[in-house]
Amino acid sequence: MSELMPVLLALTILIGGVAGAAILTWFERRLLGVWQDRYGPNRLGPLGIGQVLADMIKLLFKDDWVPPFADKVVFIFAPTAIVVAMMMGFAVVPFAPGMMIIDVNIGLLFFLGMTSLAVYSVLLGGLASNNKYALLGGLRSAAQMVSYEVFMGLSLMGVVMMSGSFSLVDIVEAQTDVWFCFSQILGLIVFVIAGIAESHRLPFDLPEAEHELTAGFHTEYGGMKFAMFMLGEYLGLMLISCMIVTLFFGGWHGPALIGHWLPPLFWFGFKVFIVICFFVLLRAAIPRPRYDQLMSLGWKVMLPITLINLVITGAVLLWMEGAA
Amino acid sequence: MLEITLFYIAATIALVATVLAMTRANAIHALIYLIVSLLAVAVIFFLIGAPFAAALEIVIYAGAIMVLFVFVIMMLNLGEKGDQQERHWLQPKIWIGPALLVTLLFIELLYVIARVEGPVSVTSVSAKEVGLSLFGPYVLAVEIASMLLLAGLVGSFHLGRRYLDRDGIEKEGEQ
Repeated sequence: MSELMPVLLALTILIGGVAGAAILTWFERRLLGVWQDRYGPNRLGPLGIGQVLADMIKLLFKDDWVPPFADKVVFIFAPTAIVVAMMMGFAVVPFAPGMMIIDVNIGLLFFLGMTSLAVYSVLLGGLASNNKYALLGGLRSAAQMVSYEVFMGLSLMGVVMMSGSFSLVDIVEAQTDVWFCFSQILGLIVFVIAGIAESHRLPFDLPEAEHELTAGFHTEYGGMKFAMFMLGEYLGLMLISCMIVTLFFGGWHGPALIGHWLPPLFWFGFKVFIVICFFVLLRAAIPRPRYDQLMSLGWKVMLPITLINLVITGAVLLWMEGAA
Repeated sequence: MLEITLFYIAATIALVATVLAMTRANAIHALIYLIVSLLAVAVIFFLIGAPFAAALEIVIYAGAIMVLFVFVIMMLNLGEKGDQQERHWLQPKIWIGPALLVTLLFIELLYVIARVEGPVSVTSVSAKEVGLSLFGPYVLAVEIASMLLLAGLVGSFHLGRRYLDRDGIEKEGEQ
C-alpha cells in the first residue's frame, strides 16, 4: 500500500489538476460576475457549470492548425512545457500528513526550479510563432519572469531560516503553533505579488496584454494548443495557492481552537480555495500596470523589501538564539 | 542496481543532447537541446547524492541563464539566413582539430578513471553542508565572485542608463 500511495496520488493530482483547471475557468467567471454585479455564464446546467463541458467540446473540435511560417516542432512543444512543469511542481506539495508524492529535502528548491522552467513555454511559444506581437509578448515574459523569480526565491528565505529546512513537510510542521503569515508578513506580500507575476495572471499579464499585443505570446495558438496554455496558467494559479498555504498559512494545520474538528486535508483544501478566491478578486480589482511600472516595482520596491526582511529575520533569529 | 540504470539513462540523454546541441544549425533548437542536457546533468547530480547541486542546476542554469540566452537569440532575429550561415560554418573539416584534442582528453580521463581504486564513496551532501563550506573555507572565492558580479552589474547599469541633461530631457546616445 505504501508503495502504491504515491502512484495513486500522482494519478489523482493529474486528473484533479486538469478537472480543477477546467472548473476554475467557470468558477472564475461566475465569481467575477458576483463581484461586478452581473451573472456570468449561468445558462448550461445547474449554476451554469455545464459551460465547462461546452468550452471543452468547442476547444477539442477546433482545427488543430500550425501556421506555415512558424517553427513547427518548437511551436507544438511550447504549450506542453508549462503543463508538465506545473504538474511536476505538485509532486512536493504536502496535502496532509503523509499525503504527498515525494518528501525531498530540497522540496522548496524543486518548486522554484519547476516554476522557472515554465518560463520556456511562454518564451518559446512567442518565438516559434514568428509573429511580432508574439515575439514582444515572449520578450516581456522573459524579463518579467526572470526578474520576479529573484524576489520569489528571496522572499521564501525568511521561511527557510525560521524552519531551518528546505523540506516542505518540515516547514509545515514548524508552523504547528504560529503560522508564518504573522512573522513573515513582508515575505508573504512579496511572494504573493511575485506569484501573480510568475503565473502571469491579470494584474501582471503583460505578456498577453490584449489591448496592445492582441494576445501576446499565444496570438497564433488555437484549439487544444491554446487550451494547454490556459491549463498551464490555471495549474500555475493552483500551485502558487498551494505553496502560499503551505509556506505561510500552516499547510494542513487548522486554526488554533477549531483545528482538530475537521481532517487536515479539509483545512488545506479550504485555505487553498480562499487564496484562489483572493487571486480572482485581485484580478477584478486592480488594473494592469504599464510594463516599466511593473519592472520598477520589482527592482525598486520588492527587492529592498525582501532584503530588509532577510536582515530582520536573521537578526531576530540570532538574538533569540543568544537569549536562549 | 536501479540507481545505476537510472544513471546510465540520464548520462546517455546528457551526451546525446549535448552532441545534438553542438550540431544543430538553428540556434533555438540547439539551446533547447542544451537545456535538456542540463536537466539530465541535474538528474545525475541528484542520483550521486548532491540534491542541492541538482536543484541549483535547474534553478540557475536551466531556469535563468538559458532563459537569458533564448532572450538574446530572440532579439537577434536570426531567421533562415542565420541557419544557412551556421550550416556553412559547420563543415566536416572544422571538426578535425577539436576532435583530436577531445580524443587526447578522453584518453587521459580513461587513464585517470582506471587508476582509481574501488568505487568512489557516495555520501549525500545536504544544503547545510554546502552553505557551511561556502562560507567557511571557500569564503574568499564567494567574495571574489560577488565582486565580479557587482562589477558586471555596475557596468551594465552604466551602459543601459539614460543620460538626462539639466532640464530632465533625455539625450540620444552617449555624451
